[in-house]
Amino acid sequence: MILSKAQRGSRSWIQLLMLAIVTSITFGGLFATSANADEVGTDLPFSIVGNVKNEGVALEGVRIVVSGGGYTAETVTDAEGKWYIGVPEKAGYSVTLDQETLPTGIAVVEEGGAEQSVEIGPSGRVTKNFFIGQGERIVVSVFDQLIARVIYGLNFGLMLGLAAVGLSLVFGTTGLSNFAHAEMVTFGAITAFFLGGVLSLPIWVAIPAAVLISGLMGWGLDSGLWRPLRKRGLGLVQLMIVSIGLSLAVRYLFQFFVGGGTTQLPGFDAPKIKLFGATALSVIDIASMVLSLLVIIGFAWWLMNTQTGKATRAISDNPDLAAASGIDVDRVIRTVWIVAAGLAGLAGVLWAYFRPGIKWDMGAQILLLIFAAVTLGGLGTAFGALLGALVVGLLVEVSSLVIPADLKYVGALVVLIVILLVRPQGILGRKERIG
Amino acid sequence: MDWSSILSNTAQSLLSPATMAFALAALGLAMHFGFAGLLNFGIAGFMAVGAYGYAISILSFGFEWWQGILVSLVASVIFALILGIPTLRLRGDYLAIVTIAAAEILRLLFLTNAFVDVTGSADGLSGYHNSFRAANPFPEGDYGFGPWTYNNIELWVLVLGLITLTICASLLLLLMKSPWGRVIKGIREDEDAVRALGKNVFAYKMQALIIGGVFGSLGGIIYALPSSVNPGVYVTSLTFFVWTALLLGGAATVFGPVLGAVVFWVLQSFLSNVLPALVSSGILPFISSIQASTIRFILVGVGLMLLVIYRPQGILGDKKELTFVK
Repeated sequence: MILSKAQRGSRSWIQLLMLAIVTSITFGGLFATSANADEVGTDLPFSIVGNVKNEGVALEGVRIVVSGGGYTAETVTDAEGKWYIGVPEKAGYSVTLDQETLPTGIAVVEEGGAEQSVEIGPSGRVTKNFFIGQGERIVVSVFDQLIARVIYGLNFGLMLGLAAVGLSLVFGTTGLSNFAHAEMVTFGAITAFFLGGVLSLPIWVAIPAAVLISGLMGWGLDSGLWRPLRKRGLGLVQLMIVSIGLSLAVRYLFQFFVGGGTTQLPGFDAPKIKLFGATALSVIDIASMVLSLLVIIGFAWWLMNTQTGKATRAISDNPDLAAASGIDVDRVIRTVWIVAAGLAGLAGVLWAYFRPGIKWDMGAQILLLIFAAVTLGGLGTAFGALLGALVVGLLVEVSSLVIPADLKYVGALVVLIVILLVRPQGILGRKERIG
Repeated sequence: MDWSSILSNTAQSLLSPATMAFALAALGLAMHFGFAGLLNFGIAGFMAVGAYGYAISILSFGFEWWQGILVSLVASVIFALILGIPTLRLRGDYLAIVTIAAAEILRLLFLTNAFVDVTGSADGLSGYHNSFRAANPFPEGDYGFGPWTYNNIELWVLVLGLITLTICASLLLLLMKSPWGRVIKGIREDEDAVRALGKNVFAYKMQALIIGGVFGSLGGIIYALPSSVNPGVYVTSLTFFVWTALLLGGAATVFGPVLGAVVFWVLQSFLSNVLPALVSSGILPFISSIQASTIRFILVGVGLMLLVIYRPQGILGDKKELTFVK
């Protein structure tokens, strides 16, 4: 068939348009600027590689995302269907094949679907090939994804809440913005690893023991450092900078002992059970949510009904008045430190399962989210901190539906700044506190 | 143990781009915290704005090096405005948390894959040196003596850094002796009293935030000039290290931050050379050389604590000038 010049012109236009549509679907939305190379992170020490083929035919332009331990990278397959993603740590990662980028009519047909977890082997390299074949792609509706994210967000938020109420109580009773709270979180996880991983105690012994030891450390920190400093009459800003110094010293002390890599607690790779829609939780996830909920209810009961709890709230309200009405302020503050450190330790263990992995700076990674939760709820109010933590947890997880996964913490931090702009006292705080 | 190379490496850090970058950033913090009483924990963000502003305007927009510096300075003014408008009315510790969060947001935006074409994501940016090196007035060759021997490119970076540092320190000195500086110190001592005198406290604080921020971003540029820009540098630890340098020298002084930065880097570089050497020669048993190089960061933390508890005014400071010691 001979085409006239005009026809040929319009045909190439249509081809171009089709190409443009296909490319925009392939790399859709925010990923439009992502690298198109088949190799990323080649300078990193470990790697995950693979080859995407359907019945021996290489598939080009399939998007692969690797994430784990706070690291996220993505690439698309080359003309031979090959891909290579460098990763920074010898640890567990999840590899996701974006099924939207597969040709129509074929899908990932292996068990577990398009998201698989891999563990870097002794060679420092792991190969992950997806089984692809004829099949209906399991399309996950936006609603199902939202439900799944909300549940992950609740899990994350409850974990943050455990850490946040402690930080908030310490702030309420002593006025200290404790930057070293992050290290108390890490301490819990590392202690659990030492008991469960190195000493091989059963995990149901190791975790409560780690929480107890964390609480002991809180007691030690108060009587060894913070109480003497309060007696010395240090200002609040001075105390805050001391906590920053402590945070640095302890964080690098952790690195000194556990190194720069990631280690895992026993049971971190428990299989995910598909519940409904797109929601899949492991036994550990469910246990973690139930445990956080029970501990938080217990904590709330303690704060509302026991004498020490009431005294704690009185001191948060007005320390001088509390002291004048015969409350032993030092004793209450000591209790607050023990409780805060114990809760932070538990949060650390749960965070180690949620990430997953134990790392020397794992607490510092979420410190600002904890601060965001505390500020959002209202500095110094325990229940506000809890509410703030749930909001931050949900926000982080749900926002990753629309923004790239490596920006998911940004949303929570922006909210922190916006809330200070419009309601600086937080959700449950009172105006006089902000001065 | 090779003492001569350890001492020579230590001596080099007396005069290095990193030392001058820290000195500039610490001068900025002295403006913020020492003089105006603003608890800025986002100095790493200002340094990142400087470094990325310079590199991006050269790589993505093809600017000359001096235009890149101007872009960075404008960007740091904008960052200071964005940071200041919501936060400067808040109490000190709120400001600390918000500034640290803002710096972290900025770092995550530079780190994300979404803008990899502009920011280079985790790999950072490099290869923006042509314009700067073409403007080098020094002919090729080696200059200096002993440990302080530099080729013409290194010399150009050092000279530019020294000029910048001198200008900033003199500016700060003059500002603090002017009526403006007295109002700023008044705000640090008692905000309400200054407000009662009819001064616009918010505007003064904002001006202080902008000036200190510009110093910080100049520090970021000097840090980026000799090599490359990497998002892993501008973490919260960098902020805390600059704070350590500031408090070491003396927060409410002009020469304190410079002295603090020099002492900080000389100690850092001495420890980073001597500790692994002690391990390899068997004097420090039971630890690896990687562990040995971690010790110096532990010491920074311990040093910061001891400093704030026992000598919060620093080496050069006057205790009367420190309102944060109640």
